[in-house]
Amino acid sequence: MAGGQERVLRRRIKSVQSTKKITKAMELIAASRIAKAQERVQAARPYAERITEVIRNLAAAGAGGDSPLLQQREQVDSVAYVVVSADRGLAGGYNSTVIRLAERALLADREAGRTTHLITVGKKAYGYFRFRGYEIAASFTGFSENPTYEDARQVAGFVAERFDSGEYHEVKLAYTQFLSMGSQTARLSNYMPLDAEQITEGSAQGAKADYEFEPSPSEILVRLLPRYAEARLFAALLDAAASEQAARQRAMKSATENAQDMIVRLSRVMNRARQDSITTEIMEIVGGAEALRQANNDSEDLLLDEVFRSDPFTHSEFHVSTTHHHHDSKSSGEHA
Amino acid sequence: MTLEVQVVSPERILWSGEAEMVTARTVEGGDISFLTGHAPFVGAMEICKVTVRPDAGADLLIAVHGGFVEVSNNQVSILSDVAETAEMIDVERAQEARRRASEAVKQAADDAEAGAALRRAEVRLEVAGVAVT
Repeated sequence: MAGGQERVLRRRIKSVQSTKKITKAMELIAASRIAKAQERVQAARPYAERITEVIRNLAAAGAGGDSPLLQQREQVDSVAYVVVSADRGLAGGYNSTVIRLAERALLADREAGRTTHLITVGKKAYGYFRFRGYEIAASFTGFSENPTYEDARQVAGFVAERFDSGEYHEVKLAYTQFLSMGSQTARLSNYMPLDAEQITEGSAQGAKADYEFEPSPSEILVRLLPRYAEARLFAALLDAAASEQAARQRAMKSATENAQDMIVRLSRVMNRARQDSITTEIMEIVGGAEALRQANNDSEDLLLDEVFRSDPFTHSEFHVSTTHHHHDSKSSGEHA
Repeated sequence: MTLEVQVVSPERILWSGEAEMVTARTVEGGDISFLTGHAPFVGAMEICKVTVRPDAGADLLIAVHGGFVEVSNNQVSILSDVAETAEMIDVERAQEARRRASEAVKQAADDAEAGAALRRAEVRLEVAGVAVT
């Protein structure tokens, strides 16, 4: 019985050990991917910065705000949520944090009587919302770890089309912002309409030069704003990808540590069980030998046995027999 | 003095370097060249070939599929979703694309998408140095 327990424990330790190997490998992979993801965030920055600067210059030149992407609604009845999650789990609270943030805001909008629409990025958000019976307008999956600009363009295009047509009055973007290796926060930001003031923020010193425009500033702006919207979504996807890796690295690190703790604890229990079983076995062997000896009536007994068996036994028998059968008792005493 | 040129795509800076002259084609405006000391300029580009002429050596040709050009303080930024140099272009694919697009255009002359696809393929082939017949 004790040996069985030991076997079970040994098997468990082995399985925890192989789990630990996997989590360790995933930790290392995630760590190396963070660096790559951060590089991509950095590499995408010049384009976003330039495009923002061009918009500032256009605004300073008095480009008209008649682009559909800038149209603020007086009454918002329909809100779309773009939720950026990962395709895979094993990243701690990464997915659930951003999903819940979006869900809370979405439910608040419903409460206020607005219709809501859901656009999910990543399998996790899709699975979560579908399981809970939300209607999903569109789902984009397969690129959460390595988003390309083309992916961003597809998502942005889907949303922009419906925003232009008036189906969505507002679009919100839920994603995880990458602040540093140790800090990522889920964020809900207004995506559409584009906030002209936010874009032109700090343009007071930006309006320094008199630009020539070809074609007119307003025409350029109309062409530029969709690109700007794509670039913003792309930046969000890249941030989310870096955050995903950072979250996974942390989750796998603590999983590896937990596995190590568990191995130590299980080994201790197993050693105790093994010692117990050895002790029990010794006891059993001793007990068994004892039993065998008694059953065989071994002649080479210990002195103590001799004392116990022959001496008092014969003595008492002798005592009894003296009263009744003198002869018989004498013979039996010789036998012993 | 030379121009500082950067060709920037949404994913990364594709090319950066110095040049004596940069030529692009803007929407409605036609070809435009920038030399040092050019006035600040912002333009929306067509699907076109951008020529970057260095101080010495051969011109660098870049196929640009729309985008924007910004010039200020002798810095030229070319912002484009798709910008390819000759070595990045798959000639066979471009030829195949051109054949398909030209057929589509023949069938429906007002198909803007097919027209753009044809133009893209032609610019690609031109930059790659393949004669467009």
